[in-house]
Amino acid sequence: MDTFGLLLQGLAVAAQPINLLYALIGVTLGTAVGVLPGIGPATTVALLLPVTYKLDPAGSLIMFAGIYYGGMYGGSTTSILLNTPGESASIVTALEGNKMAKAGRGGPALATAAIGSFVAGLIATIALAFLAPWVVKLALAFGPREYFALMVLAFVTVSAAFGDSALRGLTSLFIGLTLGIVGIDLQTGQARMNFGVPDLLDGIEITTLAVAMFAIGETLYVAAQGKRTPETVEPVRGSLWMSAKDWARSWKPWLRGTVIGFPIGAMPAGGAEIGTFFSYAAEKKLSKHPEEFGKGAIEGVAGPEAANNASAAGTLVPLLTLGLPTSATAAIMLAGFQQYGLQPGPLLFTSNPQLVWGLIASLLIANLMLLVLNLPLIGLWVRLLTIPKPWLYAGILLFATLGTMGANPSLVELGMLLVFGLMGFGMRVFGFPIAPVVVGLILGPMAEQQLRRALAISQGDVTVLVASPISATLLAIAVLALIVPLLLRAWGRGRILSEVAADND
Amino acid sequence: MSEPMAQSNERRRPDRAALFVAVGLLALAALVAWDASRLGAGGAYARVGPQTIPFAIAICLGGLSIWTVFAAFRHDFPQRARQEWAPVLWIVGGLLAQIALIKFTGFSIATGVLFAMTARGLGRVSLPLALLSGILISALIWFVFGRLLQLTLPVGPIEQLIVQGAELIAAPFKSAPGSAV
Repeated sequence: MDTFGLLLQGLAVAAQPINLLYALIGVTLGTAVGVLPGIGPATTVALLLPVTYKLDPAGSLIMFAGIYYGGMYGGSTTSILLNTPGESASIVTALEGNKMAKAGRGGPALATAAIGSFVAGLIATIALAFLAPWVVKLALAFGPREYFALMVLAFVTVSAAFGDSALRGLTSLFIGLTLGIVGIDLQTGQARMNFGVPDLLDGIEITTLAVAMFAIGETLYVAAQGKRTPETVEPVRGSLWMSAKDWARSWKPWLRGTVIGFPIGAMPAGGAEIGTFFSYAAEKKLSKHPEEFGKGAIEGVAGPEAANNASAAGTLVPLLTLGLPTSATAAIMLAGFQQYGLQPGPLLFTSNPQLVWGLIASLLIANLMLLVLNLPLIGLWVRLLTIPKPWLYAGILLFATLGTMGANPSLVELGMLLVFGLMGFGMRVFGFPIAPVVVGLILGPMAEQQLRRALAISQGDVTVLVASPISATLLAIAVLALIVPLLLRAWGRGRILSEVAADND
Repeated sequence: MSEPMAQSNERRRPDRAALFVAVGLLALAALVAWDASRLGAGGAYARVGPQTIPFAIAICLGGLSIWTVFAAFRHDFPQRARQEWAPVLWIVGGLLAQIALIKFTGFSIATGVLFAMTARGLGRVSLPLALLSGILISALIWFVFGRLLQLTLPVGPIEQLIVQGAELIAAPFKSAPGSAV
């Protein structure tokens, strides 16, 4: 059947009342966590994993995807009104958006962000639907060595290629890989790194690690900064509607942002934030009003907001077709699939087309819901920003421990939550990125399996890894992605890379 | 990246905290290597066994440790703002209290204590008020997640009260269909 027919079938699945409800819960929660500082889509999905264990897989995955999309929408609100990005993909939005809000143009800024996110989400989701079958066909030619090469590439781009220090990115990655060794080796049944603790035989739960690093680490970090930054919420003054001139200045950045954001999300190249920086740079260069940049140019909100939603859809391409997560949220969604015994990848498209296409189609519906939720109801979300910090973070910690206990009611699990939380705090203080730890933990054991499979086939001959053109190319790109940024930094051109830092989600 | 320091003699001294990070990485490398060294090989033919990847990771961690030492001498780490420790201790204390209490007092009281101590760590709040609201919210959450969504959450006196209360309320409805037959 052609893509269009499959997508229509998916729409039938997504339009079932129960799935519509899951999508609505997902986008509402996602918008809320996007708006709230200190808790992002990755944490939320991690917290909900144990809670949804008994629910239907299609429904919960639809909900998770809704959270991901919703987080991208909600983050812009915080950036524009508070100048504190709710999640990392909205950092750029704060540059121009907050200036617009201060100048009394908060309404049009929020509107161009929401409509831009809608346009980008719609185009990118359709692009995802049409690209996925092609990647699936390509992936069928992949053997263990190609998968291993692809994962190595993902490791490099997530940790070392962007951000302000390859050293700290790689250190984070290897901490994640080290944590990934813990547990029983799948091929020989030997226990590794468990030090006699039976609770560690199953390995370290990705949800525990993500919740600890993101929610607890962030809470400790915010607490340790004291009362340094007084925050003021800019009230939304004047009309919410965009003028004809705003529309004229917005539609091209929306489309350009989509074109920039989608491929960056789809390539194993880290999270959604990278596309937003490129989009901002492009708009600044192409704008007819370059003098307005830095003082509240609407293009600087429209482009990056479109780019981050397009990236979010793009991230689902490698996740669904190859089982390859390229951001922390995607890594935890992969854990969500695995919770139901589903392995994303080419096989899932033939073994469970209802689920895959239902999920893709539900993104179209979620996008529409988000537009409605975010424009007329914006006042409600702004209220969330006025929750006092102590109650907000006390609530976050309550849910963090609830999620962990729900997954595994043991004291060891709670102890790990504390230990990893302190680790996340320390890493934030020293400027280590968090996402590579999470991606390393989930992708490390998978990469090891593929490597050992490849070497078992070749009877231990390592050259087999570069003997296939696909894996040789992928590994070459990985080496370049490691070395070129190092050279750029050594030559003092690293500033652009640190601006493109892949941070949280 | 490295900001110019105020005093020139501080500039010549390596970044102490970064050196600690390097030592930590080296210790982790040693731990991974030690653990890998006691693993058996996967079989006579397999040159790649369960110990291969851990050894590779240990070597990389060691390399990163050396790189971190260089970075410490070159002051490549971002300057750290002074951290306030009192709020951190409140929150860590809250998490420890929850771990210590949860077996004895059940979910609501232990989590209520965590809630109160976290709130206290982040701002000036009245502890009794925070404790009371924390316990009430936790009890509500226990009911929703523990009873309705059937997660296994620790039970204590408050939870037993909720269960008994719920049964008392539900009792008349339960007996009704029986008597109707």
